[in-house]
Amino acid sequence: MAKLEVPETVKDKAAAEPGNPVFDVRDVSTYYGNFKAVKNVSLTIHENEVTAFIGPSGCGKTTVLRTLNRMNDLIPGARVEGDITYRGQSLYAKQVSPTAVRRRIGMVFQKANPFPKSIYDNVAYGPRINGIRKKSDLDGIVERSLKQAALWDEVKNRLNKSALGMSGGQQQRLCIARTLAVEPDVVLMDEPCSALDPIATGRIEDLMQEIKSQYTIVIVTHNMQQATRVSDRTAFYSVERNEESDTRTGVLVEYDQTAKIFENPSNPLTGDYVTGRMG
Amino acid sequence: MTQTGPAATAGPSPLTERRGFGDRGFQALALIAGLLVLVVLVLIAVSTAQQSVSWFSTSGLNGIFSTHWDPASNRFGAMAFVYGTVISSVIAIIIAVPISIGVSLLLTQVVPGKIARPIVYVIDLLAVVPSVVWGLWGILVLAPWLQGIYGSISSGVNGIPVLDSLFGGPSTDGSSFFTAGIVLAIMVTPIITSLAREVIATVPAIDKEGAYALGATRWEMIRGAVWPHSQGGVVGAVLVGFGRAMGETMAAALVIGASAQVTSHLFYTGYSIPAVIANQFGEAAGTMRSALIGLGLFLFAITIVINLVARGIVERSARRARGA
Amino acid sequence: MAAVTQQPAPGSAGPVNLREPAGWRRTKNGLMTGLMWLAFLIVLVPLVLVLYTVVSKGAAAINWQFLSSPTIPPNIMPLGSGGMGPAVVGTLEITGFAALIAIPVGVLGAVYLNEYGGNGILAKVIAFMSDVMTGVPSIVMGLFIYTIWTLQFGYSGMGGSFALACLMLPVVIRSSYEMLRLVPNSLREGSYALGASKARVILTVVLPSAVGGIVSGALLAVARAAGETAPLLFTILTVEQTNSNLFSGANTALSTQIFANATSPYVGAEQRAWGAALTLIAITFILMIVARIVTARFTRYSH
Repeated sequence: MAKLEVPETVKDKAAAEPGNPVFDVRDVSTYYGNFKAVKNVSLTIHENEVTAFIGPSGCGKTTVLRTLNRMNDLIPGARVEGDITYRGQSLYAKQVSPTAVRRRIGMVFQKANPFPKSIYDNVAYGPRINGIRKKSDLDGIVERSLKQAALWDEVKNRLNKSALGMSGGQQQRLCIARTLAVEPDVVLMDEPCSALDPIATGRIEDLMQEIKSQYTIVIVTHNMQQATRVSDRTAFYSVERNEESDTRTGVLVEYDQTAKIFENPSNPLTGDYVTGRMG
Repeated sequence: MTQTGPAATAGPSPLTERRGFGDRGFQALALIAGLLVLVVLVLIAVSTAQQSVSWFSTSGLNGIFSTHWDPASNRFGAMAFVYGTVISSVIAIIIAVPISIGVSLLLTQVVPGKIARPIVYVIDLLAVVPSVVWGLWGILVLAPWLQGIYGSISSGVNGIPVLDSLFGGPSTDGSSFFTAGIVLAIMVTPIITSLAREVIATVPAIDKEGAYALGATRWEMIRGAVWPHSQGGVVGAVLVGFGRAMGETMAAALVIGASAQVTSHLFYTGYSIPAVIANQFGEAAGTMRSALIGLGLFLFAITIVINLVARGIVERSARRARGA
Repeated sequence: MAAVTQQPAPGSAGPVNLREPAGWRRTKNGLMTGLMWLAFLIVLVPLVLVLYTVVSKGAAAINWQFLSSPTIPPNIMPLGSGGMGPAVVGTLEITGFAALIAIPVGVLGAVYLNEYGGNGILAKVIAFMSDVMTGVPSIVMGLFIYTIWTLQFGYSGMGGSFALACLMLPVVIRSSYEMLRLVPNSLREGSYALGASKARVILTVVLPSAVGGIVSGALLAVARAAGETAPLLFTILTVEQTNSNLFSGANTALSTQIFANATSPYVGAEQRAWGAALTLIAITFILMIVARIVTARFTRYSH
């Protein structure tokens, strides 16, 4: 398999000066109970960029993503070592509230998970729990968010219909709109297109390009073409097998500009993976 | 939009925030609601024990464990009621178990889901008919009808050893241990059926297919794959049904005949613990009231033990099935 | 009845023995399947009989006056004077108030078990004891409320409500718990990811998603409680005049009236008992049918 072409626009952007650091991940290891899922990850994620996490199954890319907005707190026995700072504040400091973190750092999941409510109520959900009650304010937010998610024209006449009646791609874009409605700083996306067909995938990729001037995006993807199409920087994770305990731990192999990762990786493991010789 | 503004422009964002009062309050409420189950169970034991102290102290162990219940002479022996409770419940279980197991096998192994659902509704209807209605029907319709049948059985077994002492003798008006057993059987069938059905439904398909693959008929598959797997859980279900039969009040109060006697004759009138409480509590005072509450405590203790054991068995067999 | 659990002795089969083994196996299989159907038919018999009797005898007694008359006549009076109005009012009020107590508490308890308790020992103990509590005889609940409430505060409809609520509580907990378990975790995560607190997640996503099943389970519990007699006998006593004040003074209910009238030698009393039985069955069946409709229309997540 030939090396993947990285589109020129992305190359230029990534070559330019990096934005402010949003996340500074230092030597982070994550455990589920006694099982070490990921070890010693260090990387910096920059403002208004799309950062892609790629790697084979079980390499811990989703685990790292979930440590960034403390979603892993919800899994009993999950534990994080090392330090993650978000805009200069330690995310795992004692007095930090996970809910306050998640209000700024939103998440879109692998499988679309709209609430069993109307389309309108799905988008208005976040603003409402944050105390916005006025109908006119909510109407504005719903319209703006749905437009940002390129869904407005398709649903504007059925806002009060159940979200469960939408197609898979629409549901996922609704989930993105729902996330954007609380005006987060960062949007984390966990394989958001893995359940979608190519057309729906293309829509969501376009959408990411459109909104990245306002948000910082981190996306986990299985699809390397997708990483080259949408991301400015790419982190490649791999699996390290521990022979003694027969367990697998994820490690960060290489993190660099997307063009560099795909065209001129410094680690041979990365080269094998992106050219399809491994994975 | 003060709270939701992008943090990007706000400098170091205030991520520190105390967990809201409402959030903690809700968790506390939920915990209290859960604990209420334990609180009620403990309070039942404590309050009824307190009220029955005077029965224990005036009657003594001998008094309590006698069969002599005579409020007029202040004698409050419990054993006739215990006997009636056990006998009528055993009869109920003997009738209800084969029927319940048959129906639960029918529902899980024979008919497809589309037909099983209406059958389940019908069984549920049995459970929704109020027990006092079963009692009313039992005393006004069933008992008079059974009286004739009892009569012919009694004369048929006249002189035959064992059978005569079980089924001989006259039944006054059709109310008897046996009539109570029949009505109780009707009432516990839905609960045994639904629990047994749950247990049987956990038998892994792979076990059943294994039996079929060896050329087993459906019945052989049930004997070979379903039964060994669900035996324990079905025993638990039967115990739950037994506990239910012992505590069932209104049907027994109306059809068991209300006479405190210990006899092997199943067609004779008897009494049960819940029945005597229901019938006599209204005009009871002093030691008698204390004795009736004490009987309630005794019934509570027995049914708690039975249910602890039964639920333990059901849970363990369900867990084993899940693990397998 | 032994046939279900025991293999029939081969010797008893008579001419069947002469057949090929496969033939006997097939016959036995058919026989056993037949016995299972027979078991179902046996269950149907009492149900059909009791419904037939209650409807045919009860219908003769029921009319608007029977349901609404504010006075229950003495047993000796024939049908046609007075009615069961006080008992209808009592049953509705007492059961309604019991539901008002037991449903919120039960749902909250289920929330604790499924959302907060996790795999902790306390949650396991509460879940287990709540199952055990469903086996506590209803008359014991009556005695319990009598000793801790009625002895201090006297007879009232509210005492009966407390006793019924104790009976309903574990049933509501169990059925709500089962429904909460069906709510997909991805919905909770979706809400957390928007910065919702745990209480918000539960109140705005988890409970609304499970509401169909919870309501339907609760209605079934209410239907069962509406027919209960034993918990009311010593907590509400009995009255002949409608007492619409739930919180003070003795009260009455359809179930306790049926019990009181069942053994009366007077025809009028017996007829009123059948009428009350039909009314009570109608109330419980209506609740059950509503529960089924709720299940069919509003259940989003099921097994």
